[in-house]
Amino acid sequence: MSVQPLEFFGRVDKALIDEQLRKAVPFTQDRLRDGRFQAANELGNVEEWRNLAAQIRMHTIENLDSYLEQLTDNVVQNGGHVHFASTAEDAVAHVLRITKENNARSIIKSKSMVSEEIHLNKHLESEGLRVIESDLGEYIIQLAGETPSHLIAPAIHKTRAQVAELFSDVAGRPLSDETTELCQFAREELRREFLEADIGISGCNFAVAESGSVVLISNEGNARLTTTLPKVHIAIMGMERLVPTWEELDIVVSMLTRSATGQKISVYMTAMSGPRRPQDIDGPEEFHLIVLDNGRSDILGTAYQEVLKCIRCGACLNVCPVYRHIGGHAYGGVYSGPIGAVLTPLLEGYEEWKELPFASSLCGACTEVCPVKIPLHDLLIEHRKDEVERGHASWQEKLAFKGFGYLTTHSSLYDKAVRAGHMATGWLATDDVIEKGPGPLAGWTSVRDLPRPAKQSFREWWKKEKEGGTHGN
Amino acid sequence: MRVSLFITCLSDVFFPGVGQSVVEVLERHGAEVDFPQDQTCCGQPAYNSGYHKEARETAKHMVNVFAGSEYVVSPSGSCVAMLRHYYPELLRDEPDWAEKARDLAGKTYEFSEFLIRIMKVEQVDASLCANATYHHSCHMSRGLGIKEEPTSLLSQVKGLNMEELPYCQDCCGFGGTFATKMSTISEAMVDEKVKHIEATGANVLIGSDMGCLMNIGGRLRRTGKDIQVMHVAEVLARGGEK
Repeated sequence: MSVQPLEFFGRVDKALIDEQLRKAVPFTQDRLRDGRFQAANELGNVEEWRNLAAQIRMHTIENLDSYLEQLTDNVVQNGGHVHFASTAEDAVAHVLRITKENNARSIIKSKSMVSEEIHLNKHLESEGLRVIESDLGEYIIQLAGETPSHLIAPAIHKTRAQVAELFSDVAGRPLSDETTELCQFAREELRREFLEADIGISGCNFAVAESGSVVLISNEGNARLTTTLPKVHIAIMGMERLVPTWEELDIVVSMLTRSATGQKISVYMTAMSGPRRPQDIDGPEEFHLIVLDNGRSDILGTAYQEVLKCIRCGACLNVCPVYRHIGGHAYGGVYSGPIGAVLTPLLEGYEEWKELPFASSLCGACTEVCPVKIPLHDLLIEHRKDEVERGHASWQEKLAFKGFGYLTTHSSLYDKAVRAGHMATGWLATDDVIEKGPGPLAGWTSVRDLPRPAKQSFREWWKKEKEGGTHGN
Repeated sequence: MRVSLFITCLSDVFFPGVGQSVVEVLERHGAEVDFPQDQTCCGQPAYNSGYHKEARETAKHMVNVFAGSEYVVSPSGSCVAMLRHYYPELLRDEPDWAEKARDLAGKTYEFSEFLIRIMKVEQVDASLCANATYHHSCHMSRGLGIKEEPTSLLSQVKGLNMEELPYCQDCCGFGGTFATKMSTISEAMVDEKVKHIEATGANVLIGSDMGCLMNIGGRLRRTGKDIQVMHVAEVLARGGEK
């Protein structure tokens, strides 16, 4: 959610002391990351695949207007309706209008991060509508009153025991923490909801421009029920989530499932091209596609443009050592992990999100696995640069780096500073170790010891031992 | 073969022994080493913190300092990545400087990379009796793609038993100013790293970046763990002919 009760460091502290989270997140992260690693090895030439997928995504982004136009024409030709939404509010308004037109009272949803982005459930519920999430992970966090903490595994932060507790409350009887029993319970609960829902709302993994189709990738079959049982189907897509033809879809879907879970292909892949035709035995009577901009077109043509290539596989979260320890909620935005740290400040500004680009050690693990080659850690540095240039840094830091700039471009002064290091730190050190540093050093010494600058710096040693000898310069 | 040593600010100030070891090993294998005294820092702290104007000036200074060098060798994968990848990027809008930056990038090598790829060192002539494990620093392994070079050199050290480090691809939590700005997250990361190091049973942790080793070593000391940290160069300098 965009309004968080705690500021960034408060959320981080809360996560770091959450023992369940600290167990659950690394456990699933390992499983997903190993899966991706094996899938990449099986492909053999994964770099070629990444290059190809990156080219496809970049080509699509660079020609977004014409592909969106082609998509729209084809959806309409198939008998569907297309609605463009410049903002989250616009998108919500479209959904509400469609629910009113259909006198809808209950809505079943399959997993959609874009619907999280526009906080759709909150708006629907405040209009008195009943909304049920049908993806198992989403169902769990809906019961817990939480938001997803991972792009593809929304309840990654929950242990089985916690899930059993939530489900037992709904069941009104104690359930064991056996996965089979819990899944069976959710299946029974959800089946009724599917049958009663007036409208099904889904996201859109990819839209195919050449045929006006919406493609959904899932492992539970809930997306298929969501989009076929209710009379009305609304799909919401981020405006960049399309491919030109089925040929490109093949490549990007292959990369999506392999990067997300290590699967060659997901259990279900559902493609819908418009509402039910006379000869169809099932399917919705009405189909609506809502295309959401919400800040995306502002990213086009900027230094951050490559972030629009993202296919939301979550691979960057699964290798991120920061995400590993703080989980998704600490980031605070709808999108977490490295992609969230890049995307959230772009969509919602630095005011509320200025810490996110710094919540990375710049280890580059994210960039290494990204199936569409988004230079994630370099984009975090780009954000840091923009924050400094727009005045979000403290005056102390600005002063310090001004000093750094001066010192590192004035050799004789730098030389003196290096030589003075040992003497200047005498008052801080015990046995040549600094255990409690002042000012900016405090962050370092709160966690670890700092060695005292050596009595004889390397340059002093060189001058003494080597200078004037055969190797001097 | 003439080699200019880029010592890096951390080794210059905190770990002069690393620099001395680099000089000794390079000379042992026949290189003629010089040390341009005007060198400062690679500028990465400023670059990674978003102060690109300052980093650009530092980059120009360093480009000038090493302009006359045949090869530049440094005991840090991270600082080499800065020179190799980010200097040309930082200076791309000033064609003359960009050209000079690319020239520097093309002749700058990380220490173990230089020994293997340029000096073609086949025998290291070093010995150290220890159980050790190796930390692959991120900028070196991911940024520069250098993974095999340090471990193949270490595998030749007499008496040295190398244990595989679990989760060796994970960052230690250093990340420059990250370690101080996000100290609690960094703490969780370095604690996991320490846990994996301990699991190997090693009494020595070897690495190629003093930033990581200062972080891990500082945490080991703070938590009372008896594990020593060493740079690859310090290991290779052991037991060689003086």
